Amino acid sequence: MASYSVINRRAPRLDAPDKATGRAKYIDDLSLPGMLYGALLQSPIAHGRILNIDTSAAVKLPGVKSVVTAGDAGLVHYGVSPARYDETVFCHDRVRYVGDEVAAVAAVDLETAQEAVSLIKVDYEELPAVLSLEEALAEGAPRLHDKYAGNICSEVHQEFGDVEAAFKECDLIRTDTFLNKRQDGAFLEPNGVIADYDLNGFLTLHTSTQVPHYVQRIVAMVLGLPVGKVRVVKPYVGGGFGPKAGTNPMELASCLLSMKTGKPVKMNYVREQVFLFSRARHQFKHTLTTGVKKDGSLMALVNECYLEGGAYTSFGIATVYYAGSLLGAPYRLPNMKYDGWRVYTNKPACGAQRGHGGVAARAAWEQQLDLIADELGIDPVEFRLKNAMGAGDITCNDLNVSSFGMKECIQAVAEGSGWKEKRGKMPKGRGVGMACGFFVSGAGYPIYRSDTAHSTVVIKLSEDGGTAHLLTGSAEIGQGSDTAMAMIAAESLGVPLDHIRVSSGDTEYSVDLGAYSSRQTLMTGHATKQAAENVKRQVLEVLADALKMPFEELEVKDGHIVFSGNTPDFSALRTRYIKEHRGFLDNPPEDEALTFKEAARIAYLEKGTIVGTGKYKPGELGGRFKGATVGTSPAYGPSAQVVEVSVDMETGKVTVEKMTDAHDCGLAINVTSVEGQMQGSLSMGLGEALFEEVKFDDKGRILNANLAEYKIPTALDMPNVDTIIVESDEPNGPFGAKEVGEGAIMPTIPAILNAVSDAVGVQIRELPLTPERVYMAIKKAREEGKL
Amino acid sequence: MKRLISLKINDQEVEIAVPANRTLADMLRMDLGLTGTKKGCEVGDCGSCTVLLDGRPVNSCLVLAVQADGKAVTTIEGVETDDGLHPIQAAFVEHGAVQCGFCTSGMILSGKSLLEQNPSPDEMEVRTAISGNLCRCTGYQKIVEAIRAAGENMG
Repeated sequence: MASYSVINRRAPRLDAPDKATGRAKYIDDLSLPGMLYGALLQSPIAHGRILNIDTSAAVKLPGVKSVVTAGDAGLVHYGVSPARYDETVFCHDRVRYVGDEVAAVAAVDLETAQEAVSLIKVDYEELPAVLSLEEALAEGAPRLHDKYAGNICSEVHQEFGDVEAAFKECDLIRTDTFLNKRQDGAFLEPNGVIADYDLNGFLTLHTSTQVPHYVQRIVAMVLGLPVGKVRVVKPYVGGGFGPKAGTNPMELASCLLSMKTGKPVKMNYVREQVFLFSRARHQFKHTLTTGVKKDGSLMALVNECYLEGGAYTSFGIATVYYAGSLLGAPYRLPNMKYDGWRVYTNKPACGAQRGHGGVAARAAWEQQLDLIADELGIDPVEFRLKNAMGAGDITCNDLNVSSFGMKECIQAVAEGSGWKEKRGKMPKGRGVGMACGFFVSGAGYPIYRSDTAHSTVVIKLSEDGGTAHLLTGSAEIGQGSDTAMAMIAAESLGVPLDHIRVSSGDTEYSVDLGAYSSRQTLMTGHATKQAAENVKRQVLEVLADALKMPFEELEVKDGHIVFSGNTPDFSALRTRYIKEHRGFLDNPPEDEALTFKEAARIAYLEKGTIVGTGKYKPGELGGRFKGATVGTSPAYGPSAQVVEVSVDMETGKVTVEKMTDAHDCGLAINVTSVEGQMQGSLSMGLGEALFEEVKFDDKGRILNANLAEYKIPTALDMPNVDTIIVESDEPNGPFGAKEVGEGAIMPTIPAILNAVSDAVGVQIRELPLTPERVYMAIKKAREEGKL
Repeated sequence: MKRLISLKINDQEVEIAVPANRTLADMLRMDLGLTGTKKGCEVGDCGSCTVLLDGRPVNSCLVLAVQADGKAVTTIEGVETDDGLHPIQAAFVEHGAVQCGFCTSGMILSGKSLLEQNPSPDEMEVRTAISGNLCRCTGYQKIVEAIRAAGENMG
């Protein structure tokens, strides 16, 4: 493998000092002169007709500057996927969930804005609500959207190969049903915005988002502004994990209020509103039928899934496709049939969350695979190794896994965890479980149909040549992308890391589709590499001319020019540089090799400011069938885990004692960040497996819209993880790099489920594994004489 | 009606008039511009707003500003030393304990408070000390490592 100067190492993050000292500015830390404060009026009922909205008392309240409703905002429909734009800024005829937005106020301070909201009088005619899959799908059920009969938001029917024929050849066929629960993103920073419509008609929206580019387009479309007049700026973001990857009503309302008042308008969600906005993990009900041969060969899978989606679509169309397509790998599976339905209910809309669409499917299937292995008398590790795909394999649904260290990951965790000594051999109440998974390394297509580049990057050299300023619209949301891009730029340009300055998260800098589908390392990384190479070429072309030597003999490494032939006499060039820098203290010593900085200065004198650009768009991807755009990606990152648990047989309490995780991220750009993504993924998976569930009352109100009763893992719940990075050389990745942020969550839930099964001898097919659920399962098994 | 309080914030004497219902978190952030203290839930669940009150970690969203009258408050802005980053800050940077950074201020203050009482805590002691500070990004492991490493460096 090539040796690198900057990448493939541990680098402290560029943003860490600012974040560790309180200097880093997040959205709520910003304020603008003359700023107004906004507040939203949200529906108190789950389903109802709006008969009348009376804002007169609110408008009269001293300090109120603007009150807006659907009458002001208009009824342009938006959402995430253009195929299902089913939201408007404000409801005009009906409200569809507790929290649906009805009006917004801007006032001189927050208290006044909130008081004004309380003075808006809305007359509702309450309608019957549907709060579960069963209610929504029942015959004659109240319909949420007139356009969508039977409350079916979206349905998918796919078959690859011939499952019926394959089942005839199977020695064992099993059917199991699995149910997860609605999750919340539970990022620490609540969403917030400041919208600023200036006197020249330009709108700047500062927002806590994962996707400045998509927000820019939706704001422009909904408010009727040219895209070029809308700028979206992302300050530091306190986590996203998916729910911040779409446009929220507060972003649109604040822009509207700023346009109405001519003042900047600040708004924030309180924690309860984060839960109400939701856009996090759906509830999935999977019924899987898998057929295998006696020798353990996987033959066919039939996957039927219902998604409880809430009142609007958000990412839901992609979600319902992912819930099928992401079972195409990591095992050789020649035949697969998928039927999925996403169903509207009168609850907050679900969307994308880490491992989008695939986490519950993966949990369901990996649990079932363990049961099959058990019935066949094959060790779960051996069973998975037998079926694991390898680099270059293509799935039955046309995913090309161009690099794929699945087997290496399985072997690494089996060895690292002491699997052989532990599986089935530990005392009652203690067990180990394993599972695998994978994820895309960037969605192969933009959310809206377009030939756009997925990422463009601009790199600009300072006039002294010493600093390369990397400008990108990509979104640093905590995952470390700014540092990864700086490392890629430094490596590509041949300069030390501290010569790179990164500005990101601003639609003015470049086009970048943003932080979702684990895309930035690969896609923004490619564009960064290309931009840096472009800059380097411009500098070396001028240098070649100046030194009267062939361009091909010049290279840049560690900030110096490397001559592949004889080193020419560059003293005249150096003298010229030093003369330009009279009085400066950073001139190169006489005996130092020619620096890139000197060459870049000479290039500047010749050509003016040196600016290089790069762009990336995936090449041709597989699949010509409907829905092939969801799941296809330039690369895939596989992951394997072994989890060890202890279960208190008398209380049902599950404790995760130890986790061993191996992930193939291609070439690790920043080793520390890769580990951080792996550990964070496992923590989120552990939360979903053991604790997390958004609960509702019979009126559709959330019962636990806070971080005390909606429990995410604390430092006492999450064990240390033995993190094993398996490297492969991804042909479609920059320097061979690919994703790590989402593939790593895939095996966590099923590994825990399988470990609990090993520990107590019962399978539990519903999340979360609360003590009550586990205890009841143990009790039932005891009563049936199975334990 | 406002009340005049005087307190020490990051070793500086401060006199300020605050409404009786102003939380310490809001006073720090909105009246004094010390925005390093984060608000993640405003009801004491997440620990993002942790500051030290007379050396002890508290959720500043649950403390009224007037309750801090006469006391000493340390916020993240007061952790740096004359020589630059405090060892615990340097350890967070070095060990990859920072991802989105929203919990970082509170984590560092909880960690600092622990290390002042117990310079060489074991893993469980660190985990217990930060169990009121939620983090959604890191899985806590690198935070625990950073706090323990800082203890060693300070020792």
